[in-house]
Amino acid sequence: MSEYKMDQPVGASPLDRGVQGIIGEPLNRVEGRRKVAGDVPYAADHKVEGKLAVGVAICSTIGFGRVKGFDTSKAEAMPGVLAAIVDDPRIPRETAGFSDEKLVTGNDRVDSYGQSLGVVVAETFEQARAAANAVKVEYDPGEGRFDAGAGRGGARPLGDEGMVPDTTVGDIDAAMASAPHTLDRTYETPSHAHAAMEPHAAIAVWEGDSLTVYTSIQITSGAKKKLVNTLGLGSDKARIVSPYIGGGFGGKGGLGTECVLAAIAAKRIGRPVKLVITRQQLFHLVYRRSDTVQRMRLACDADGRLTAFGQDSIVSQNDGRPFYEPVPLGSLALYAGANRSFTTKAYTLNIPHCGSVRAPGEAVGILGVECAMDEMAEQLGMDPVEFRKLNEPEKDLTRNRPFSERQLVQCMEEGARRFGWERRNAKPLQEREGEWWIGRGMAAAIRVNMLTNAQARLRIEPGGKVVVETDMTDIGTGSYTILSQIAGEILGMPIESVEVRLGDSLFPAAFGSGGSMGAASSGSAVALAAEDAVAELAARMGTSVKDLTLKDGHAIAGNRRVPVGDLVAQKTIETTGTIKPGAMAKQYDQAAYGAHFVEVAVSGVTGETRIRKVTSVFAAGRILNAKTARSQAIGGIIWGIGEALTEEAVTDPRYGNFANNDLAEYHVPVHADIPHLDVTFLPELDDKTNPLKIKGIGELGIAGIGAAVNNAIYNATGVRVYEFPITLDKVLAGLPAEAA
Amino acid sequence: MREFQFARAADPAGACSAAAGAGRFIAGGTNLLDLMKLEIERPEKLVDISRLPLDEVEETPEGGLRIGALVPNADLAAHAAVRMRYPVLSRALLAGASGQLRNKASTGGNLLQRTRCYYFYDTAMPCNKRDPGSGCGAIGGFNRIHAILGASDKCIATHPSDMAVAMRALDAQVETLKGDGSTRSIAISELYRLPGDTPEIENVLEQGELITHVVLPPPPPGRHAYRKVRDRASYAFALVSVAAIVAVEDGRITSARLAFGGLAHMPWRDPAVEDLLVGQAPGEEAFRRAADKLLENARGYGGNDFKIPLARRTLMATLHDIAGGRA
Repeated sequence: MSEYKMDQPVGASPLDRGVQGIIGEPLNRVEGRRKVAGDVPYAADHKVEGKLAVGVAICSTIGFGRVKGFDTSKAEAMPGVLAAIVDDPRIPRETAGFSDEKLVTGNDRVDSYGQSLGVVVAETFEQARAAANAVKVEYDPGEGRFDAGAGRGGARPLGDEGMVPDTTVGDIDAAMASAPHTLDRTYETPSHAHAAMEPHAAIAVWEGDSLTVYTSIQITSGAKKKLVNTLGLGSDKARIVSPYIGGGFGGKGGLGTECVLAAIAAKRIGRPVKLVITRQQLFHLVYRRSDTVQRMRLACDADGRLTAFGQDSIVSQNDGRPFYEPVPLGSLALYAGANRSFTTKAYTLNIPHCGSVRAPGEAVGILGVECAMDEMAEQLGMDPVEFRKLNEPEKDLTRNRPFSERQLVQCMEEGARRFGWERRNAKPLQEREGEWWIGRGMAAAIRVNMLTNAQARLRIEPGGKVVVETDMTDIGTGSYTILSQIAGEILGMPIESVEVRLGDSLFPAAFGSGGSMGAASSGSAVALAAEDAVAELAARMGTSVKDLTLKDGHAIAGNRRVPVGDLVAQKTIETTGTIKPGAMAKQYDQAAYGAHFVEVAVSGVTGETRIRKVTSVFAAGRILNAKTARSQAIGGIIWGIGEALTEEAVTDPRYGNFANNDLAEYHVPVHADIPHLDVTFLPELDDKTNPLKIKGIGELGIAGIGAAVNNAIYNATGVRVYEFPITLDKVLAGLPAEAA
Repeated sequence: MREFQFARAADPAGACSAAAGAGRFIAGGTNLLDLMKLEIERPEKLVDISRLPLDEVEETPEGGLRIGALVPNADLAAHAAVRMRYPVLSRALLAGASGQLRNKASTGGNLLQRTRCYYFYDTAMPCNKRDPGSGCGAIGGFNRIHAILGASDKCIATHPSDMAVAMRALDAQVETLKGDGSTRSIAISELYRLPGDTPEIENVLEQGELITHVVLPPPPPGRHAYRKVRDRASYAFALVSVAAIVAVEDGRITSARLAFGGLAHMPWRDPAVEDLLVGQAPGEEAFRRAADKLLENARGYGGNDFKIPLARRTLMATLHDIAGGRA
């Protein structure tokens, strides 16, 4: 069993030695054909033994207060109803996040609108839903704090409570007071929902006192722990199975209410229970991304060199929740400036609590930074790319440590070249096609790179088939494919000979999918296991690893070429690889970088924005699969465009609900909103990150793109919007009075 | 979804009699089924009319079209006569929903679709339309998509249809059949009601009265335009839409028909606005006066205040596009 701790830079990566030639190739997803044919089971699709009943969550219709009582008599008398359960103390109120130990339980009080209060089980979904609606809940409403505007005034400093402790370097106030060029601007972003395509769903099956839950969860081992903690089970009494996930984005990072409600209901009625959270319920039952207020302070000397760089934020959270949106996470090391301030305050909102949503920190934090950088460049009369290049720091000036690999400047230069940045007009309102103003903007992208504990098991079975097992998940990102490529590359196997099994808490524990660290962590574990297998194959060939070549399912040494299947005919090879983060994570500032370039057309009549062109260049370590990497990038870019233009979960401050709680009115981009996206990854190997020399890419694309859109809208129209999303009414308000 | 009775009608008369009492007609179901799942609609009985022979588009002796109530939106938008002679209708249809929904949605059902007001859609919220007397959640709440014309203190919802806006500009007639076998033809201008004190009553149809056809008079002279402004490029309801048919001869506007979506509880049309344009030379001044007239009684409710300048600008740009007169 190989264990590796990232305490020093890796030398040669096992992937550097592989000669199969499949790493980096734009291979199709190994399960892609089955997915599009509807032939893989998503959470609610699993076939289980026994007669399945269907549960529907009972959800609160007030935003804050106490529950005085329930009347389930009408619901229980309805057709097909098996149980209306409101008397179990383990009924969870909301979805748990990544770091929670268990779900918050107890239906005697309401923390937020739409929280779960119980579950109705019936023979059919329609019966259960109708009965859930018929449960009468008697409330004693309290004075909930639902109004963001009112709450922010009383925000309290977080100090070191947050993921990013408050940090100041030098004296930003003095720097602002003395600099010839300063900018002090506040940007706001609203609450966001994950809105994954596949809703949260679970099927719970009991065998005696052992529970199996088929669900859609990003981290099975973490979910299992939260499940047994919440239900009060022994740690070996639960199994989570989550092989296919229709999008998670952090919203399936912890453990959903559906798992606990289904388990409670299944135990109560003695039958397996399926429970799918409805789209409207999801908006309230799953944590949101916090709204943010970001005060950006920049100061420059006469030459445009930053002397101050600060981002001080206000975020919200419901009571008793330890997560705070880490707004400055990606900003800390982004630019130069001797005087720095990154602080965060938090205030209470009694609305669904906050948790991880794709790229916590950067997805919103880079908006403020990169819009402010654009404003400062304009103030200086400098090109935005040149201004950023001038302020490229030689190291992380906030935490005073070197970068591992950082190619931000190269990304900007290559992006500018591919995009045709020289066509940008220095001033707004210069270029017009009919009623449409044309503008161009850019922004940097950054996402911190992380590594976490992960383990994987690998077997070469008689016949030469390679089986990889880990409780890593594939949330649609391509985990099955890249892990197959890693094992295949190192073992010299065509990808068809590798079978990767994921998403089962019985498999060796990995972190799962989240924080863009799944590929690095699980991939390293698989590579380490494969390296051990290579050593064993070398031994069976009677040669050394150095003198062994593995390709196309054959082991080659000297003039011998033996099918790997023959080498394992007598005895299967089984190995386990374990990766652990180490000193590299502290010694070096590790991040993936990129640059977005956007061309927009803005209607001079209506203020509507159309994205016409996007060029993004990223540098994110070794790319394992050019196709799935690009898909990750464009998925992030598309979300980021939606974040820029439309996405907002709107709270009605009278009730504490999200008024636009479906995908008809919570607007994400549709095909017509998105042009061709030109995505490039620069060659990079980062030997400080992990044995694969890769970096996380799942959350990189979303970072910064919205600022590039905003900067392009300004470049087109001269209208600078400070409150995201940039809906047409906000642009319209600043457009010239003259119509088309 | 509550349990309900289901009957399939063999002919239009049978549909009407099956719907007598409390029955609701269902064709494509693209709106009604969603509302039933959320228990906003709780019909005791559904009468399936989807197989009735009302899916033809016929020429009328007068030179117009008679459109069966079950003609799918997609087919109507693609119909050669509609595309050639009523382009405003084809464009309005294609501006609505998605390809899949347009395949399913019927002509009659589109006319009678219900508002997308957030408060109508959440049964825990007050809504005089869904639950008369409970209040209007949108007034004082989130009202980005709401009405600026013809609203009341009981309801500020809008009608979401694009198709109906074009039909309003085309002076369509809605033909119906009642349970007693009688028929009537209702001008589309008379079909819808403003909310007033009874926002739950949205049109003049009686219980069990079936829309069988929509008749378009011969196409009016002039150029057609349908412009829809919304929060994304497709698959969103109109914040403001304009259906315009304007004829210009010898430098003067000779005919103008203007209908608006997204502004009111019904497709909005104001003859006084059109009268102001007829006889005028196309141009900024004439268009501004028309816009002033359209919006003279407009009222915003906070979140939708922007619709007033947006409607003005959209109208004027649309008029410029089809009637000219740009400086």
